[in-house]
Amino acid sequence: MIRESALDKMLMRTAGWMLAALWIVPLLYALWSAFHPAAFEARFDITAPLTLENFVTAWGKAPFARYFLNTIFLVTLVLSVQLVLCTLAAFAFARLEFPGKSLLFGLVLVQLLIMPDILLVENYRTMFRLGLVDTILAIGLPYFASGFAIFLLRQTFRTIPKELDEAARVEGCSLLGLLWRVYVPLGKPAMLAFGLVSVSHHWNNFLWPLVITNSVETRPLTVGLSIFATTDSGIEWAVINAATLMTSAPLLLGFLLFQRQFVQSFLRAGIK
Amino acid sequence: MNLRAALFASIAFVGLAAPAQAIDLEFYFPVAVGGKPAETVQALTDAYMAANPDVKINAIYTGSYADTTTKAITAARGGNPPQLVISLSTDMYKFIDEELVESFDRFVTDAEKAEWIGGFYPSFMLNSQYEGETWGIPFQRSTPVLYWNKAAFADAGLDPEKGPANWTEMVEMGKKLTKKDASGNVSQWGVQIPSSGFPSWLWSGIVAGNGGKLQNDTGTEVFFNSPEAIGALEALVALSETDGVQAPGILDWGATPKAFFEGQAAMIWTTTGNLTNVRANAPFEFGVGMLPGLKQPGAPTGGGNFYLMKGSSDEELKAAVDFVKWATAPEQAAEWTIATGYVAPRPDVWESDKMKAYTADFPQALVARDQLEYAVAELSTFEGPRVTQLLNSALESAITLQKSPKEALDAAQAEAEAILAAYH
Amino acid sequence: MPRRQWIHAWLLLLPAFVFLIAFTHYPAVQTLIDSFWSTPKGRRPAAFVGAGNYTRMMADPIFAKAMWNSAVYAALTIPTSIVLSLAMALFVQARFAGVALMRMAFFTPTVLPLIAVANIWLFFYAPGFGLIDQVRMFFGLGSANYVGQPATALYAVAAVTVWKEAGFFMIFYLAALQTIPLSLKEAAAIEGCSRLTFFRRVTLPLIMPTTLFVSVNATINAFRLVDHVFVMTRGGPDNASMLMLYYIFENGFRFWDTAYAAALTVVLVAILTLVGIGQFFAADRKVHYR
Repeated sequence: MIRESALDKMLMRTAGWMLAALWIVPLLYALWSAFHPAAFEARFDITAPLTLENFVTAWGKAPFARYFLNTIFLVTLVLSVQLVLCTLAAFAFARLEFPGKSLLFGLVLVQLLIMPDILLVENYRTMFRLGLVDTILAIGLPYFASGFAIFLLRQTFRTIPKELDEAARVEGCSLLGLLWRVYVPLGKPAMLAFGLVSVSHHWNNFLWPLVITNSVETRPLTVGLSIFATTDSGIEWAVINAATLMTSAPLLLGFLLFQRQFVQSFLRAGIK
Repeated sequence: MNLRAALFASIAFVGLAAPAQAIDLEFYFPVAVGGKPAETVQALTDAYMAANPDVKINAIYTGSYADTTTKAITAARGGNPPQLVISLSTDMYKFIDEELVESFDRFVTDAEKAEWIGGFYPSFMLNSQYEGETWGIPFQRSTPVLYWNKAAFADAGLDPEKGPANWTEMVEMGKKLTKKDASGNVSQWGVQIPSSGFPSWLWSGIVAGNGGKLQNDTGTEVFFNSPEAIGALEALVALSETDGVQAPGILDWGATPKAFFEGQAAMIWTTTGNLTNVRANAPFEFGVGMLPGLKQPGAPTGGGNFYLMKGSSDEELKAAVDFVKWATAPEQAAEWTIATGYVAPRPDVWESDKMKAYTADFPQALVARDQLEYAVAELSTFEGPRVTQLLNSALESAITLQKSPKEALDAAQAEAEAILAAYH
Repeated sequence: MPRRQWIHAWLLLLPAFVFLIAFTHYPAVQTLIDSFWSTPKGRRPAAFVGAGNYTRMMADPIFAKAMWNSAVYAALTIPTSIVLSLAMALFVQARFAGVALMRMAFFTPTVLPLIAVANIWLFFYAPGFGLIDQVRMFFGLGSANYVGQPATALYAVAAVTVWKEAGFFMIFYLAALQTIPLSLKEAAAIEGCSRLTFFRRVTLPLIMPTTLFVSVNATINAFRLVDHVFVMTRGGPDNASMLMLYYIFENGFRFWDTAYAAALTVVLVAILTLVGIGQFFAADRKVHYR
C-alpha cells in the first residue's frame, strides 16, 4: 500500500481523537447536567451525587410520550410520501424526454433553496383554507415534494445502464413496470441515504411546526422542547438537557447501531 | 287561550333547552417563568370547566410571549382567532392598530367596571387602558426587584439584612462585594443587571428612578434622550466602566439567576417572576428589595394581560370574559401568584387568607407589591415591537461601548420619531 | 411514440408538482407580489407602492448589517465545515479500535435539535461559570463574554453552526472516499508516492463532485440555520449577529411588517438562487467521468 510511516499514522490518529473529544463535549455536558442535581450544572465535582430527578421533572413538564408518537408519525408520513412522489418525478427527469424538461427541473431546484419556512404566513393561509391547521398532515404537506430527493434520485437513476431498460422493454414491461422492477431496486441505496437526511431534518424541524400546531395531539418533540427554551426566567440546564437526551435518544441509538449501513447507503447512492 | 298557552309553553321549552349548547373557547397562554405555570393554568381551566359545565375551554400553551403573539396574530389573520390570549401588556397598541381585539367594556356592567376593573392596581392598568376603554386585564404581571446574597454581604462586612436603598449605596456596596482572585480576575462581581434581549425593561426602571418618563400616555411620543434617560444610561454603563462593580458587555438574562447561585454576582436585578426559582435553588439566604433608584424609587411593570380577540360571537366573548373574571378573583389569583411568583394584580388578592398565609411564611413576596407604588408604565407605543427593538439596539451599543450614551439615545430618538410620525 | 412519452412524463411529475407549486412556487410568487405593496393594517388595506419597500431597504442600516453579517458568516462556515468534514472522513476511514465511537462523536450534533443545543452552547459561552470561561481561568486568562460583545458574537454563533454541520457532511465524504479505486492506490504505492501527494493529486480531484455537493448544502444551511440565534443572541448585541433570515422573521413576525419582510425574502431568495444554481451548473460540468 501507500507509504505511510508509523509517525503519520500516529499523528492522524491523535488528531482524530482530539477533534472527536472536542466534538463530543456538548453531548458529554448534556449527560453530566442531566444526571446530576441543578447545583452541579457548573461545578464539575466528581463526587457529585447522581440523580434521575431531572428526567422525572422533564417528563412531567410536558407529555413527551405523545410528542414522541407525533414525531414518529410525522417523519414516517413525510418520508413515505416523499419517496413515492419523488421517485416518480426523478424517473421522469432521468429517463424521459419532454418539452419543458429543463424549466421544470429548474423549478425543482428552486425548492432546494426556498424553504417552506420562509413562506410561513402564506403557507399558514393555505392550510387554513384547506381546514388543516393544527394537524400533523399540515406539518408535512409543504415538504412532500422534496427537491433534494428528486435531485438525488435523478442522479442515481442516470447511472443505471440503459441496456437494462431495453432488456425490460423486450420483456414487455410497461413504463411503471420498468420503474418498479428495475429502477426502484437499484435506487434503494439512494433512498436509504435520503431517508437519513429526511428523518433527521424533520425530527429536528422547529419553526414551521411551531406556527402550524397548537395542541398536544399534533405537536412534535422540538416544539415541545421549546417550553424549556424560554429565557424570561433562568435557564434550567439540568432539566433542559435531560429533556434533550430523552428526545434524541432514539436517533442517537439508531445511528450508533446502523452506522455502517448509513455510510454504505450513501456510498451506493452515488453521490459523487 | 289554548293556542297562547301552547305558544308560551313551546317558547319556554325552547328557551330552557337552548343552554344545552356548550360554548367552545380557545385560550392561548405563554410560559415565561420557571415553576409550574403551565400546570397551574391547566388546573385553573379544569376547575372552571367543572364549575361551568356548559363551557369548554381549550387552554393552549403557545410558547414564549413572542411566540404567543405571533400565533395569535397568525391565527387571526388566517381567520381562525382564539377568544382569549395572554400576551404582553405592551402589545396593546399593536393589537389595537391591527384591529384584532375587543375592549372589555362592552361585556361588563357599570357596577363591574367600578368594582372589578377598578379593583386592579393602577400601575398595572397603565398599560391596559387606552382612550378610556379597557383592552387588557392584568393577569401575570411582574416587576423587577433586586435580590441580594446575604452570605456574601456578611462576608464583605455589610449588614446582611439591609439591601441598598438607592443607586449610590448599590455602587458602594458593590465595590465592597467585588472580589478579585490572585491573578487579578474577578471571582465575584458586586452587581449584575442583565442586558440581553430586552435591556430596555430594566433600563426603564433606572430612568424612572432618575425621575424620567419615556413615553406619553397615548403611545405616540417617546423621550429617549431626555437628560434623565441619558443620565440613567450613563449610570448603567459606569457600573462596568468606571465603578468596576459589574462585568463588561451584554449580560445574559437567562444566565443571571445561575450567576447569582454560583456566587458570581452578589446582587442581581431580575423579575419577581423568578422568586420561586431563586427560593428553590439559592444555596444561601437571600434578601429581596426594591430597585435602588438614582434619585427616587422607580421600577417598570411587565408581564401579560388577558386580551379579548375579535372574530368570535358575542356569546363566546361573554363566556370568555366570565372566565377572566373568575381567574382574576382572589382565590384563583392567589393560587396563581403562589405557584409562579408573579405579582397578584389586585389589592383584594393580597388580603385573602391564602396570600396572607403565604406572605407570613415568605415576606420577600411583599416587596414587589410595595414597589407598585413607584412603578411606571412599561414602554409601550404604536409600532411597539419595532420601536422597542431599536431602543434595545441603542442600549446595547452603549453598553458595549460602541457609542456614547448620548449618541446612542439621540439616534434612537430620531429613529423612533420617524416611525411614530405616522400616528400623530 | 414521443407524444406518449410526454404525457407519461407529465403524469409522473404531476403529484410532486402539485405540492411544489402549492407550497413553494405559489407562495414565493405571492411574496414577490406582496413586496410591491404596503403592509395592510386592520382596516387599512394594502396600497401599491412599487419599489417603495426596496428603496427603504437600500437605506436601512440594519439590512446592510444583516447582508454583511450573512456574507461573513457564510464565508466562515462554508469552507470550515467542508475542510473539517473532509478531515473527519479521513480520520474515520481506517479500521481501528474505537472508530465507531469516533464516528458517533462527529455525527452526534446532527441528531440533537438545534434549539436544545443552543442552550448548551449558551452555557459554554456564559461568562464566569461557563465552561469556556472555567477553562480560561484555569489557564490564568481573564473572563470573556463571547456572546455579549459585538466583536465576537457572530463568531460564537458561527461556531455552533460548524459544529452542527460538519459531522453530517462527513458521511458524504466517507462514501466518496470509499469509491477511490483500489487499483489507483496500488499504482501509487508502486510508484513510491507519498501519502500527501496521493491525497493532493488523486483523492482531492476525485472527490471534487462531493465537495461541490457539500458546498451547496453548506451554503443553503448558512442562510437557513438561524434557530440558535433565537436563543443565543437574538441578532444582538446591536445587530452584530443579525442574519438575513432572522431579520426576515423579525420583520414578519415581531414587527408584523409583512410587506417589508416580503421584500427582504425576495432578496434572500435571489441570492440563494444565484449561488445555488451557479454551484449546481459548476458541479454538473465536473461530475461526469463516464
